Amino acid sequence: MSQNVFAADYPTDVVNTTGLAVTDDTVTVGILHSVTGTMAISESGSVEAEKLAIKQINEMGGILGRKIEVIQEDGASDWPTFAEKSRKLLVNDKVAAVFGCWTSASRKAVLPVFEKENGMLYYPTFYEGLEESKNVIYTGQEATQQIIAGLDWIKEKKGAKTFYLIGSDYIWPRTSNKIARKHIENVLGGKVVGEEYYPLGHTNFGSLINKIKLKKPDVIYSIVVGGSNVSWYKQLKAAGITSDKWTLLTISVTEDEMLGIGGENVEGFYSAMKYFQSLDNENNKAFVKAFKEMWGEDSVIGDVTQAAYLGPWLWKAAVEKAGSFDIDKIAEASGGIELDTAPEGYVRIHDTNHHLWSKTRIGLAKADGQFEVIYESDLIEPNPFPEGYQ
Amino acid sequence: MFSDYSASELGSIFAMQGFSGLSLFCVFLLMALGLAIIFGQMQVINMAHGEFLTIGAYTTYLLSVVTEKYIPGFMNYYFFLAIIVAFFIAFIVGYLVELGMVRHLYKRPLDTLLATWGLSLIMQQIFRSAFGAREVSPTLPDWLLGSYQLTDIIEIPINGMLVVSVTFILTVAVFYMLNKSRAGLRIRATTQNRVMSGAAGINTKKVDRYTFAFGCGIAGIAGAVFTTIASTGPTSGSLYIVDTFLVVVFGGAASLLGTIASAFSIAQAQSIMEFFLSGSMAKVLTLLTVIIILMIKPEGLFSIKVRK
Repeated sequence: MSQNVFAADYPTDVVNTTGLAVTDDTVTVGILHSVTGTMAISESGSVEAEKLAIKQINEMGGILGRKIEVIQEDGASDWPTFAEKSRKLLVNDKVAAVFGCWTSASRKAVLPVFEKENGMLYYPTFYEGLEESKNVIYTGQEATQQIIAGLDWIKEKKGAKTFYLIGSDYIWPRTSNKIARKHIENVLGGKVVGEEYYPLGHTNFGSLINKIKLKKPDVIYSIVVGGSNVSWYKQLKAAGITSDKWTLLTISVTEDEMLGIGGENVEGFYSAMKYFQSLDNENNKAFVKAFKEMWGEDSVIGDVTQAAYLGPWLWKAAVEKAGSFDIDKIAEASGGIELDTAPEGYVRIHDTNHHLWSKTRIGLAKADGQFEVIYESDLIEPNPFPEGYQ
Repeated sequence: MFSDYSASELGSIFAMQGFSGLSLFCVFLLMALGLAIIFGQMQVINMAHGEFLTIGAYTTYLLSVVTEKYIPGFMNYYFFLAIIVAFFIAFIVGYLVELGMVRHLYKRPLDTLLATWGLSLIMQQIFRSAFGAREVSPTLPDWLLGSYQLTDIIEIPINGMLVVSVTFILTVAVFYMLNKSRAGLRIRATTQNRVMSGAAGINTKKVDRYTFAFGCGIAGIAGAVFTTIASTGPTSGSLYIVDTFLVVVFGGAASLLGTIASAFSIAQAQSIMEFFLSGSMAKVLTLLTVIIILMIKPEGLFSIKVRK
């Protein structure tokens, strides 16, 4: 990255042939997340991370010598609103890139708009996979990256044979559990002794906890999402299901959720993510410090927040590699882009499927709401369409 | 499904299952008590009922933060104070809402639905601006988080016991107030025949205001108690609203006994079905059963006999 890039070396009519919002000294991008409604809880961290990355890029002199300006829209936790706002950003504002969406439902709602209007979306959340698009860069992990490495570890470490799968009742937990079940049965030679789904927002897990006590699984595998998590872990603890006697592995609890749940209720359980705030490396130390300076000493950083932070950096790398803001050229240039500065460590965009190569880590939950990283896999190739798992 | 387990294991599980049905019953009843008064006695469809629960929850959270900071020695007991404070804060907000909005709509029950729906969105946004979008969790005293071990398998959650006991005390108090006190007499008189009550010297406007505020205060207590089992966020209230209306409507709008019976039957049905079926399926079946019974008895389980 040379730091002495001047806009004059990249004339606007050369780097922007498709009429995007690029001038001689600025380039405009969109941020599209929910800041109101149910999902605001989860998405606020992503907005904060994207703004931090953009601020840092601007302080380094911007991108092709141009300062990044932001237009922020609120998806309001409502999927049609997401679609409408994405159209506004692409058609009226002509933004050069959009950083946004959190739930799969919102991504599915905007995808046709991005493909039709030819925009570029940087999507931060770990999700169920089974998707690939020229117009999306997935900076979170797809299902196999989160699930398989975590299950392998728990099998090896705990000798786990029986699993009880629990999830909230929508696409991501169901797809994830489908992959988990196949892996447990076909690869690990284990047994799934129960699989249960509860509506989003469900707050009473008494009957489920009794069933778990009856079946005594080696591992409780939890993909409970959102506010339900709080009730779920509080009730597990109250019913005596604690880490001294039981093993629980989750792929849906990050530092963000821990704030609401309370660390004392999750203590000793395991979470499989690619990033934890406590990761011990120079990139992450600098990132956490900058994040707290910008958003307050008490802020916490979860897996998705870090993935959202990668978005603007990956976009910058793609634009510099392509020497252009044009969407088609960026999409072309994205495959194989590497980032040594990521807080999670080295990442690389896959040559063909627009997902990231990343490591899976296991965090041990602590009472103060942080995780201790106790295991790290090798770099895992993203595979959004896993064979034999569908 | 039970062939692999010993008799004693099964016995323990069913004991615990009984308890989880009981605590679900108490959760439902606690949610619905305040609404039973407002909707049942006043026919106001208060869509912001859930937000009054949230007021109670945030009150508990604030008190826990203050206590931890300034009087850590009080940490073990602050929760009881929180229940009382939650009642008063929700009561005051309810009083103001009645004064500013609801009293203009008594003759138009459907409009109360729209107005309070708007109110609930406004309140949610206020919570979001004041406390942030993220969920918070009050620090609970240690004695509340554990469980009481009866045998190897049977563990009775302390927070469940708290919910059960608060519900019991509150239900008795509300029942006594409505049916045995002068204030309750005025409330019942006003709701049954407003004009005649006014003529008999009851200040009906004042009765309305205090009834509404009282119902909201009860919701505040429920919210404070629920911090032990559920989450507190700007939109937590909306999780409860559907179930709450379900309990009140199914029980028969104007009857406290009906609310109790309805909470009990819905909770037991759901809890037992959840044990044998999946969570979502249990919910579906519960709703279907309620709909069918309401088709047969549109007034709900218990209805006050009125000549039509």
